[in-house]
Amino acid sequence: MPTADPMGVLSGVHFLDGDQACCEGALAAGCRAAFGYPITPSTAVVERISLRLPLVGGVFVQMEDEIASSIAIQGAAWGGSKVMTVSSGPGMSLMMEHVGLAAMTETPCVFVNVQRGGPSTGLPTLPAQADMMQARWGSHGDYEIIAICPNSPQECFDLTIMAFNLAERYRVPVMFMMDEAVGHMTEKVVIPKADQIEVEYRQLPEGPREDYLPYRPGKNMVPPMAPVGEGYRFHVTGLTHDERGYPAMDAGAQAELVKRLVDKIRLQAEDICQVEEHQLEDAEVIIVAYGITSRVVLRTLQMAREKGLKLGVFRPVVVWPFPEARLRQLAGNKQVRALVVPELNLGQISLEVERIVAGEARTVLVPHAGGALHDPREILRVVEEVLG
Amino acid sequence: MANSTRKAARKFRGEVFINRERCKGCGFCVEFCPTHVLQLEEGFNHKGYHAPIVVDADACTGCDLCGLYCPDFAIHGIKVKTDNGGNEERDHAHG
Amino acid sequence: MNDHVNPVEPYLRMERMPHIWCPGCGIGVVVNCFVRAIEKSGIDRDKIAVVSGIGCTGRIAGYVKMDSFHTTHGRPIPFATGLKVARPDLSVVVLSGEGDLISIGGNHFIHGARRNSDIKVFCVNNFTYAMTGGQVGPTAPIHSIATTAPYGSYDKPFNLPFLADSSGAVYVARWTTYHVRQLTRSMTEALTKPGFCFLEIVAPCPTIYSRRNRLGDGLDAMRFYKKASKVVNGANTRMVGLELKGPIIVGKFVDRDRPTLLEAMNNEFIPKLGKKYTPYPTGVKR
Repeated sequence: MPTADPMGVLSGVHFLDGDQACCEGALAAGCRAAFGYPITPSTAVVERISLRLPLVGGVFVQMEDEIASSIAIQGAAWGGSKVMTVSSGPGMSLMMEHVGLAAMTETPCVFVNVQRGGPSTGLPTLPAQADMMQARWGSHGDYEIIAICPNSPQECFDLTIMAFNLAERYRVPVMFMMDEAVGHMTEKVVIPKADQIEVEYRQLPEGPREDYLPYRPGKNMVPPMAPVGEGYRFHVTGLTHDERGYPAMDAGAQAELVKRLVDKIRLQAEDICQVEEHQLEDAEVIIVAYGITSRVVLRTLQMAREKGLKLGVFRPVVVWPFPEARLRQLAGNKQVRALVVPELNLGQISLEVERIVAGEARTVLVPHAGGALHDPREILRVVEEVLG
Repeated sequence: MANSTRKAARKFRGEVFINRERCKGCGFCVEFCPTHVLQLEEGFNHKGYHAPIVVDADACTGCDLCGLYCPDFAIHGIKVKTDNGGNEERDHAHG
Repeated sequence: MNDHVNPVEPYLRMERMPHIWCPGCGIGVVVNCFVRAIEKSGIDRDKIAVVSGIGCTGRIAGYVKMDSFHTTHGRPIPFATGLKVARPDLSVVVLSGEGDLISIGGNHFIHGARRNSDIKVFCVNNFTYAMTGGQVGPTAPIHSIATTAPYGSYDKPFNLPFLADSSGAVYVARWTTYHVRQLTRSMTEALTKPGFCFLEIVAPCPTIYSRRNRLGDGLDAMRFYKKASKVVNGANTRMVGLELKGPIIVGKFVDRDRPTLLEAMNNEFIPKLGKKYTPYPTGVKR
């Protein structure tokens, strides 16, 4: 697999916040075109991008709004660039139509959401995790995306690279779901040498131009993506289309196309999912947590184990597609009595957990309307209640 | 006789190609042909439209205004080189 | 005689013919002029990308045999800006309708012009939202009948050349689909001129706009354009607003030069960053 272009890799040991690390991750991944609009608490990402991209041969344009940003990236993606845009709550909501466009046209791109309190203007400077369902269902129609939840500035660097690689591999919009806590937290970030960083690029077509069909699936159920301006003369449309890329507006074409867009992710979820597990072997209660909350619960885990409680932590790193198979397996263990789901919202991923667990064990939500983090002792209390 | 002198002096004349079944009878070509080469026919094509027919072939200069105006890509004209009464060579109208 | 191929055909996806446009619709005329302009411009057609939005005019993207993008409603201009930034070597042409570009796309229009994004914007103005059945649009002259203005429209319409001019477009022209030669020439000029080049193309919508407003059919509209048009090159764009059944000022109104988005970026960064900055390719030959 090819490795990163050293020009974009700021190798060394740094002290960065999550927003800054995300920018460096994008550059390391090969992003050379970004379009964005300021919105707290994501602005630092594009501010750093505007500083850094010109020094590595890229271009950043601050567009007039999020709607323009979310489609300008797609123009640049079709121009061959690896691309990213960045926003938060109100801006993400504006971008939703274009998340759907990217899914429908299979345009590789990364959308960073530094989640903040909502709904509406909400709490611009404070954390929340209440956009998780929006990440998956926010646009209209049936489609699937990939969503990743980092929990540290280091991960904001590493997992941004993963986001770009997945976007290119599956030709899908990838939602990079940070939150204000992770975005504004400053920690040590180690950036390796460029030759240690693997980067992926979309599959290009092989064979004669006349035989190329822009939407005929290839490896991984993904069509090779022709470069613009090389005589392929392809057509891309957001309308339901056939393998030629031409509008084909009937139920048959719909079934064929939309099912593949969805299956592309659902049937290959095993290859996409990434989880972190802590002390699950003998766990009677499993905490399911993601993003910043997955760090909070490590303290809960420590306190619980000190008390002799058999607690474990299951952390989806890739939240969509959700690690269904693994969770079902864990919930199926006779010893597991409950899954406790703390999240900075009033119940989103907990619904997914409940659905997957299907009554094999209890699902207990530990909600938080956002604006601050859970107190780990609050979560411990719930665990103790469950254990009786 | 003035007429034939004028025609003999012309270096180019034109030829019109009509795709009858593509036509949707809008009438632009008939209206904007500068030398009134065309009229809409009495008959109907398979879509039910009156397509144009050539009524004055000699008047065609191959200017291709009909081609520029036709929204259905159903007609175009080309310049045909004459050597004033001798052999004729077809030449693309946009040369 | 059918043995000579229509010279437009190599530029069309013939397997998708016949197209969806109505008898007497002006959009096919725009395609003819566009194809001829490409040839006259000398630009390799495989280095041209067509970007459109939603609407009848937006369907052009699907019919031309070129790299083409049929994007979301109102958004071809930012898509085109992104494409041009990634591939400055390409000529990027936006072909879309006035509802798409000026109403929902209005914000992107003025910013694209302000930035002098090096894209060509050919806006077909038929005064209505034809694809969806004829709702009122931002350029409908007062008293127009539309499905969402059944008693007549009362909003003052935009004067598109004025809007483009005041937003900073470097090339602004208006023609009707009657003015096929001038339109072709303007398209050729726009294709070969760097910067945000805007063309308003007044075109008939016989099925909806003309019919509902008792203006006849496509041919009646074209005859009207011939009669009512007045060529005033260099006209003050403030003065070229349109009224129902009123005169149509056509011509090339603005043709000026200033740095494109990418050129302006380079101009700013080179002196400030020196060796740390490699000038970004702009695709502009001056």
